[in-house]
Amino acid sequence: MTTLTQRASVTRRPTSRSLRRRRILVGWSFILPNFLGFALFTLIPVIAAFVLAFMHWDAYNPPTWAGIDNFVRLVGDSNFHVAFTNTVLYALGHVPLTLALSLGLALLLNQKLKGIAFFRVAIFFPYITSLVAIAIVWNMLFDPINGPINQFLHMIGIANAPGWTASTGWALPAVIITSVWRDMGYYMVLFLAGLQAIPSEYYEAAEVDGAGRWQKFWNVTLPSLRPTTFLVLVLLSVSSFKVFDLIFVMTQGGPGRATLVLSQLIYQDGILNGQFGYSSAISLVLFLIVLVVTVFQFKIQQRRER
Amino acid sequence: MSTLTSDLTQELETAHTHPSPRPSRRGRRRIRSRLGKAAMYVALSVLLIVVLLPFIWMLSSSFKHDNQVLTVPIQWVPETFVWSNYAQIWNKIPLAGYLGNSALLAIVITFLQVLTGSFAAYGFSKVKFPGRDALFLAYVATIAVPWQAYMIPQYVMMQHAGLTNTFTALILLQAFGAFGVFLMRQYYMTIPDDLNEAARIDGLNDYGIWARIILPLSKPALASLALLTFVNTWNDYMGPFIYLSSNNLWTVQIGLRSFIGQYSAQYAMIMTGSVISIIPIFIIFLSGQRYFISGIATSGMKG
Repeated sequence: MTTLTQRASVTRRPTSRSLRRRRILVGWSFILPNFLGFALFTLIPVIAAFVLAFMHWDAYNPPTWAGIDNFVRLVGDSNFHVAFTNTVLYALGHVPLTLALSLGLALLLNQKLKGIAFFRVAIFFPYITSLVAIAIVWNMLFDPINGPINQFLHMIGIANAPGWTASTGWALPAVIITSVWRDMGYYMVLFLAGLQAIPSEYYEAAEVDGAGRWQKFWNVTLPSLRPTTFLVLVLLSVSSFKVFDLIFVMTQGGPGRATLVLSQLIYQDGILNGQFGYSSAISLVLFLIVLVVTVFQFKIQQRRER
Repeated sequence: MSTLTSDLTQELETAHTHPSPRPSRRGRRRIRSRLGKAAMYVALSVLLIVVLLPFIWMLSSSFKHDNQVLTVPIQWVPETFVWSNYAQIWNKIPLAGYLGNSALLAIVITFLQVLTGSFAAYGFSKVKFPGRDALFLAYVATIAVPWQAYMIPQYVMMQHAGLTNTFTALILLQAFGAFGVFLMRQYYMTIPDDLNEAARIDGLNDYGIWARIILPLSKPALASLALLTFVNTWNDYMGPFIYLSSNNLWTVQIGLRSFIGQYSAQYAMIMTGSVISIIPIFIIFLSGQRYFISGIATSGMKG
């Protein structure tokens, strides 16, 4: 018996080793075509961005080690202060508004009605429409003199309608309104998926207990939606801090620096002015903000679940 | 999470097969619930119109003369329909060329992304080998890094390779995204491994299993990924804006943006261009809307 098993294991070992090697080869052969592109054009640039943040390097001079010089310069850079403040203000407007509206839309469109799918699809449509077209239309809608939005405001009795994208004070709210309108359909889809995952037994049990509409909403729907709300909150915050293209096409950061955000500053300093090192330092700050916000939300979520 | 799409399609089906509502117990209650339903439809329609108002205004403006666009009061229906906007725009800017460039980029990037993404996803989900999960973690981690944070190194690389102002730069940067691998892997994980075992007994190797079993089974996920990638590439502004400087390489987004810069007072024509830039997306969206929604619901992430 012992000799038999020994012999068996002896003969099996080399084959299992060659099988293992074959598995590795097969596995890598599947991954490699994508991995080559991914490593070269995503992974290496990500790592390089971290290193560049600690270098002096611009389009005219060779790179040299800078230590924390770039970050010291950031502290005194008024462009950075403005962009940082604007990005935070944008997030403070964009996140709660989009969250509330997308949840409201999802609740409204989660009914069993014929043709409801049509309404869902139509509300989702702005999200996939080209950004330039959206920016163009909203810029005209926001026209301070003859734009439809201010005409409407005049009609309901507001005499001093805001100047929207033409004024420094109202440009950021205008951009926030446009982006909330564009994004709410996307997050509505996530909320709808979350709502439909709630077992109907929960509602039936609540009804047996005599719960009304509001009680069902507060005690069944909202608690059951918590994982979805968390996901939406994280995605929304991250996308708010990364915001770039919509603002850039609508206002180009203006008027003045009224809608300058961090991503645009990275583009200006890095690609337009060729300050690779300094702009990478701003990138690193942007990444750290996104990281801190995400980790912070994870912690809150964990504490709630406990 | 796929309940959402099955629900969408189910409702579409029931809408076709059962035209009349089930008879209810009490007549009065039925009338009241019918009234409630009618009120709900009215409310939903009003909501829909409010949300889509910018599109309605865009479409109506594209049929006007320039001086009729920003009028007091607003003309929702043009007095006379100026169809010539749609004929003239092709001569005003090389719109056909822009559309062609956008289509070329979107098709090539989508094809490469779907092919390499689904291939790699098989390696990440169906072949067990050491280091696999660590590698996948690297993929997922980069999804969390904002693109703006590494666009500078990417740009410097492309500049040194002499690839700025070429389509190659954009294709290389966008065709191997981690998102496609992630989306496909999530789907492949739901396909039971027993299928692989059975196919192997039938004499198929891993490449055969991928091509003949997994790929046909994952059509919905492939469609989701393809549609999301196509639309994202078509709508991308920053990529072409940073890399493409020659007019003959411009995509429709860049072309449209520069058109506003040049002819800022030609409101109607600008709206015409905007409508034309949306039409391809509209058609693709209508034909595959359930794949969009299921793709988003399963991944919870943008492409």
